[in-house]
Amino acid sequence: MSCNPAIGGLGKGQIVREIDALDGLMGRMADRAGIQFRVLNRSRGPAARGPRAQIDRRLYQKAMQTELATYPSLSIVVGMVDALVCESGVTSGVRLDDGRDLMAGAVVLTAGTFLRGVIHIGRKRIVAGRVGEAPAERLGQNLEALGFPVGRLKTGTPARLVRRTIDWDQLERQPGDSDPEPFSFLTETLSTPQVECRITRTTVGTHEVIRESLVDSPLRTGAIVGHGPRYCPSIEDKVSRFGDRDGHQVFLEPEGFDTDLVYPNGVSTSLPESAQERFMRTMPGLERVEIARYGYAIEYDYFDPRGLFPTLESKIVGRLFLAGQVNGTTGYEEAAGQGIVAGVNAALRSSGGDSVILERSAGFIGVMIDDLTSRGVTEPYRMFTSRSEFRLSLRADNADLRLTPFGMRLGCVSEERASAFRTRERETIELAQKLSRLSATPQTTRSFGIDVKEDGVRRSAMELLARVDVCFGDLIRMWPDLSHASVSARMQVETDAKYAVYLDRQNGAVSDYRARFASKLSPDLDYRSIPGLSNEIRNRLMQARPLTLGHAYAVEGMTPAAMTLLAAYARRVEAGA
Amino acid sequence: MAESDTIFALATPPGRSALAVFRISGAQAGQILVKLSGRVVPEARRVVLRAIFDPDSGEKIDTGLATFFEGPASFTGEDLLELTVHGGRGVVNALASILRRFDRVRPAEPGEFTRRAYSAGKFDLSQAEAIADLIDSETEFQRRQALRLLDNGLGHKAEGWRRTLLQISVELESVLDFSDEGDVGEAQVKELIARAEELRVEILRTRDAGVRSLALRNGFTVVIAGAPNVGKSTLFNMLAGSDLAIVTEYAGTTRDLLSVDLDLDGVPVRLVDTAGVRDTLDPVEAIGVERARSAIVSADLVVRLQSGDVDSCKDGSSKDLTVWSKADRFTPPSGLMAISNCDLDSIAKLVEAIRDRALSAVGDGSEGMLARQRHLDAMTVSLDALNRLKELCLSDRLELGAEECRIVNAALGGISGSFGTEELLGEIFARFCIGK
Repeated sequence: MSCNPAIGGLGKGQIVREIDALDGLMGRMADRAGIQFRVLNRSRGPAARGPRAQIDRRLYQKAMQTELATYPSLSIVVGMVDALVCESGVTSGVRLDDGRDLMAGAVVLTAGTFLRGVIHIGRKRIVAGRVGEAPAERLGQNLEALGFPVGRLKTGTPARLVRRTIDWDQLERQPGDSDPEPFSFLTETLSTPQVECRITRTTVGTHEVIRESLVDSPLRTGAIVGHGPRYCPSIEDKVSRFGDRDGHQVFLEPEGFDTDLVYPNGVSTSLPESAQERFMRTMPGLERVEIARYGYAIEYDYFDPRGLFPTLESKIVGRLFLAGQVNGTTGYEEAAGQGIVAGVNAALRSSGGDSVILERSAGFIGVMIDDLTSRGVTEPYRMFTSRSEFRLSLRADNADLRLTPFGMRLGCVSEERASAFRTRERETIELAQKLSRLSATPQTTRSFGIDVKEDGVRRSAMELLARVDVCFGDLIRMWPDLSHASVSARMQVETDAKYAVYLDRQNGAVSDYRARFASKLSPDLDYRSIPGLSNEIRNRLMQARPLTLGHAYAVEGMTPAAMTLLAAYARRVEAGA
Repeated sequence: MAESDTIFALATPPGRSALAVFRISGAQAGQILVKLSGRVVPEARRVVLRAIFDPDSGEKIDTGLATFFEGPASFTGEDLLELTVHGGRGVVNALASILRRFDRVRPAEPGEFTRRAYSAGKFDLSQAEAIADLIDSETEFQRRQALRLLDNGLGHKAEGWRRTLLQISVELESVLDFSDEGDVGEAQVKELIARAEELRVEILRTRDAGVRSLALRNGFTVVIAGAPNVGKSTLFNMLAGSDLAIVTEYAGTTRDLLSVDLDLDGVPVRLVDTAGVRDTLDPVEAIGVERARSAIVSADLVVRLQSGDVDSCKDGSSKDLTVWSKADRFTPPSGLMAISNCDLDSIAKLVEAIRDRALSAVGDGSEGMLARQRHLDAMTVSLDALNRLKELCLSDRLELGAEECRIVNAALGGISGSFGTEELLGEIFARFCIGK
């Protein structure tokens, strides 16, 4: 964890649950290492909620290492990769800087910010993958030489503060949830002790120091060419762009429960060290703060993700899969979401199986990969729930119902998870069926204080539950037998009932989309063989190599006429003509 | 609007014709014929004669020819029924309203038959090319039409609405996606409710003006009413410029509605002659009187004739224009517009009065361009969604409010001619003529 030791959040928390549903490790490890759990938007509807946890960096690392050691077929080799072993556009392994070749049926590249990474602090420029670690220079060059379209992106991190030099007790508290909710569907209880975060603010004094120091900002001097994320600006960006504000919130988050390091969330910066120290000390509670490590901006290579199939295999080098910041994303969760799709497909590829694609309608991971591979990026890509047209169905609470069966078919889900899932699924379905069977007359319903119209029409328990003013507890009063239903099934069924009208419409949209766009196209299709396409569109399609009609439709410059031709072609191929 | 619905459309041009062909496509096509005819589904691709009944009342509608095509061997690839009936408006309307009453049966969207055919892979490459050409020309047409709309203000207006809506969405989504950032506050919810209400009021105003203007496009309906023998048919013939109505000196000559479409100095008007309203024992005349009454109710303007030799009519309403006829023989009371068929100037004055009434009914005319039903439907969809949006935001169900925003966005996108992703293919086919 190079940046904030936190996992989850709005949109991101959903991704963690999706990874967990496919039996990825992130959620379970975060549960072991989490020191403050909070469901964001807890007061809003289930589709708006995102689980988040503050993580103890060391515990997380240890949990992950321990867990990985239990995988019998996994060997871990530490070394610097210099190049891909590559022949006629297909990779068969990697070459290390000590001259060794590691051969493989498929390679997954997750280089983070290490490809030709450069750290900026003020006017200082340090070649590094992250602070204190060497970048991957030769691998970056090797990939560029292979024809990967390289771009530069920028991200930043704040200084780390020494906890005992903070006047901690005078600051506003930000406690975790009193009833912490784990990430993993398999985690029963959380055993790591919980901590509190604190909140402070930048002041007019802070902004003055920052304005004075802007002349030395690498953003201003032109030293940084890569685009940084608009949604995660440095404090100098905030001050320049929102100069009218008299302060910005800063969250002080402990990096662990037995460490002295504190992460000040909201003041990422690349100003010179002296300026960092000065502006930190203008904030309440931080008057005597000591900095353990200075903040910095880092620029690194990424490759245009439109050069990837939605399986995350490269179109340029076969059997090579890319995931994470090399694809222009930011965030541990986004990286891990791609990692599991790339990993599953790499395993399928090397064992000769068919590759798989996660659709937009199946999960936020699918939304992300579709966005990346069809539209590319102009800034580090982060997940927001508003990126999905299916927000109401892609919830953190139902990630397992959406994806675990998919994982079971792929064979990437353990028997423990599969059997827990089958229980939960059965309970949920049975409860939903039961609620559809139970019904009551308006008179009976009204006698329980539920204000339904007296029209003589019996309403099912499910219909009642869809109302805003009815909760599961009301149903239990009407049908005491329902109190035997498990909490997980109750919550699932209630949410689906409350969203039913909208979910129905979305499901209709999904099946319409599938009916129109699901037809497959071969990635090796010679578009010159389809009469009627313009040369321009032909060239674009040859370059994009869409796997489905839907992907073709997302190709820039696509016309209705060309879509009609492609559809007719695809259907003819499907019919075997 | 589900793909699995059974759809129907009139495959022949609307209006008067000797025969009218209905096309019905979808899983229920066969069952519909069973219910309409009370007989089993005929052998596929064989033309059969069938009496057609209203399945609810049992009333016979017509006798027609039915051909059943079993999917996938049909134009759309689905079960398809072609029903040929007589072309009178009564038969066509009755059949359409019966079809509409079936569950999961609805009128086809523009181009939907072709889209279904396309979905079923019914085109070979050469046909697809021809269709592609057609789409291209339709796209060009659509583009030009969108430009024209822009020139005429509605496009600009819709773009403005979209920008407002964007602001609303921005507020909503920021609360949903960034509530942990500290800089996003609850005040935004109030702000967005206020904006949504402004937007709703503005769309409502435009929609209502559009409804009036659409009515004008379809013809401003002017009904000539009055006691028997007051001279309604004489006036009708003079305005129509030909002897369409039989005119005699006998009261009760006109027994049915007669109508003619006129262009009154650029304003399209549908002029309707009615039977004189009186109590009568003659069953035929009684039906005519009943029809006259309902024509008066649905009219945009009623020219109510009075004169010296008949009882003046007691009922009347704000849409009445009271006119004294036979002014050459009976002196009109002061203040009342008077006409005489000997005095062409008096007729010209009446025409002008009718035209003024028609124009003022339409509003100031600047909003007259949005007379397309498709636009009005889009506005209605937006209004409903904005109403729900407000309700949802007030009860803090923002994630559902966001869904309503998507609905409005999609609907308004259809007006300004620039579409979002999901609706695009639908729009492509919407440019095809119904029932192709």
